Amino acid sequence: MTILSASQLAISFGGVRAVDGVSLAVERGEVYSIIGPNGSGKTTLFNLISGIYVPTTGTIRLAGENVTGLVPEQLARRGLSRTFQNLQIFFRMSVLENVMVGRHRHEKTGIFADLLHWPSVARQNRQTREAAMAALARVGLAEAAERPAAALPYGALKRLEIARALASEPVLLLLDEPAAGCNPVETQELDRVIRSLTNEGITVVLVEHDMRLVMNISDRVHVLASGRTLAHGTPLEVRSDPAVIEAYLGTHGSEEAARAIG
Amino acid sequence: MQRVLDSRIWPLAALAVIVVIAPLFFSSLYDYRIGALVFIFALAVVGLNLLMGFAGQVSLGHAGFLGIGAYAVAIGPTYFALPAWFSLLVGAVLSGIVAFLVGRPILKLKGHYLAVATLGFGVLVAIVLTNEADWTGGPDGMNVAHLMLFGWKVHGSDTWYWLAGATFIVGFVLAANLVDSPSGRALQAIHDSETAARMLGIDVARKKLTIFIVSAIYASVAGSYLALFDGHITPDVAGFLRSIELVAMVVLGGMGSVFGALVGAAVLVVLPQALTVFHDYEQATLGLIIMVFMIFLRRGIVPSLSAAFSGWRR
Repeated sequence: MTILSASQLAISFGGVRAVDGVSLAVERGEVYSIIGPNGSGKTTLFNLISGIYVPTTGTIRLAGENVTGLVPEQLARRGLSRTFQNLQIFFRMSVLENVMVGRHRHEKTGIFADLLHWPSVARQNRQTREAAMAALARVGLAEAAERPAAALPYGALKRLEIARALASEPVLLLLDEPAAGCNPVETQELDRVIRSLTNEGITVVLVEHDMRLVMNISDRVHVLASGRTLAHGTPLEVRSDPAVIEAYLGTHGSEEAARAIG
Repeated sequence: MQRVLDSRIWPLAALAVIVVIAPLFFSSLYDYRIGALVFIFALAVVGLNLLMGFAGQVSLGHAGFLGIGAYAVAIGPTYFALPAWFSLLVGAVLSGIVAFLVGRPILKLKGHYLAVATLGFGVLVAIVLTNEADWTGGPDGMNVAHLMLFGWKVHGSDTWYWLAGATFIVGFVLAANLVDSPSGRALQAIHDSETAARMLGIDVARKKLTIFIVSAIYASVAGSYLALFDGHITPDVAGFLRSIELVAMVVLGGMGSVFGALVGAAVLVVLPQALTVFHDYEQATLGLIIMVFMIFLRRGIVPSLSAAFSGWRR
């Protein structure tokens, strides 16, 4: 079953076509990676899918429903969640409270109930706290729960964003460069977490530069270059595609190409 | 910051003790008067702090709502023969409606733009109160009838001290409840990252508008108390300087600290009284003291001190 499909997505910024006619179809429960050289439109594509940008042309469907033009909070309520390349942590809150915010779409209270601290609010807080703790445990941050988010190292903040997104019980999870700035141990941990997600039927769309991680865990890979689709297919197909090799060699230097070709 | 409220009971107990103990140090009715003013301002500041400290939205026009509340209890009994307590409620509802109408367009603005827009709102209210002299008495203001509760006339600084103290405690508890709730967490999230908040399903525009209305109602009730307590009201209550004073109380006490509201209000109400010995230099000294506070306790008095006293707390 196709959980996310996009057809002919395009958006321009001041004449520059950042994403230009990209189509994709992501199946439920798979890990779908989007790769490409810097500036190829990966994060822009994420921002389109998550409702931060509205596409100039093209349509987006989530679980079969046309969601083109819906704002992020509407998409979130339909089960889409994401992390950010440049961290978007709630730095004034504790680690646990960050993840508790992730429960928002499951919380049912109103401003009057909250002001008066109705018994339902106390019950709600307890449930939220438990679910948040469980999400923290999944990414290995349970011990840091009471610490201020600002006190965590970079790699842990990356995982905190994942825990927060998980707390919302997403159907579709977009991860924007989760391994950036992580050491090899943390990356391996990430690999384990992402695999455990797909086992539960959560669909993961991944933007990532760490080719080892991408080739390891992806069911399918979609390669972008200059905002257009260059290739897509299984990791094996993609890394033997001459156009992909050339794009990496031609535009991005040998280091990444070497890793891509593996 | 919300750590201050780790336990729900202790802050409340501490507050009740402060309200009850403080009069032991009072030597005259005048001290009761100052105490009552502290609680009245602290009430407005608790509300403004929800908006500024928690949701991160600045308002430089909150005295406008103070003015609406104040003139509601002046005009209601005088022209419509409404009881004062009912006029207070009318003022609160009116402030909520005005906040809704004003907030919808201007809360889309961010940072400095929002500050200037709210400033404009405050100025607008003050001008209306000054110019509608038929209703408000113009710049000279108008007298306010005594508050009657259950056939009992509320007057005297000591009575108002207890009433204001009790009301402040109620306002404090409501605010503390809110902070420790789904709405409160959503507001704090908005403060740090609107993008992430939206991505988690939080309707940012609606949350901002809701808290703007709540904070307006706090200010309105405080304004009504101020008018009923003083027995006379002028448009200065809604003036720009009043708005700045409220913001200064929030920042000085500590953004995002419910307790900070009381401390900020206390400092800025009591200090000017204590500084009268400096005569002509009273205002200058006050300014200097505020600057020193902000330099050495830059997160505000309560958060800075609680951080100093306990390991990681921020």
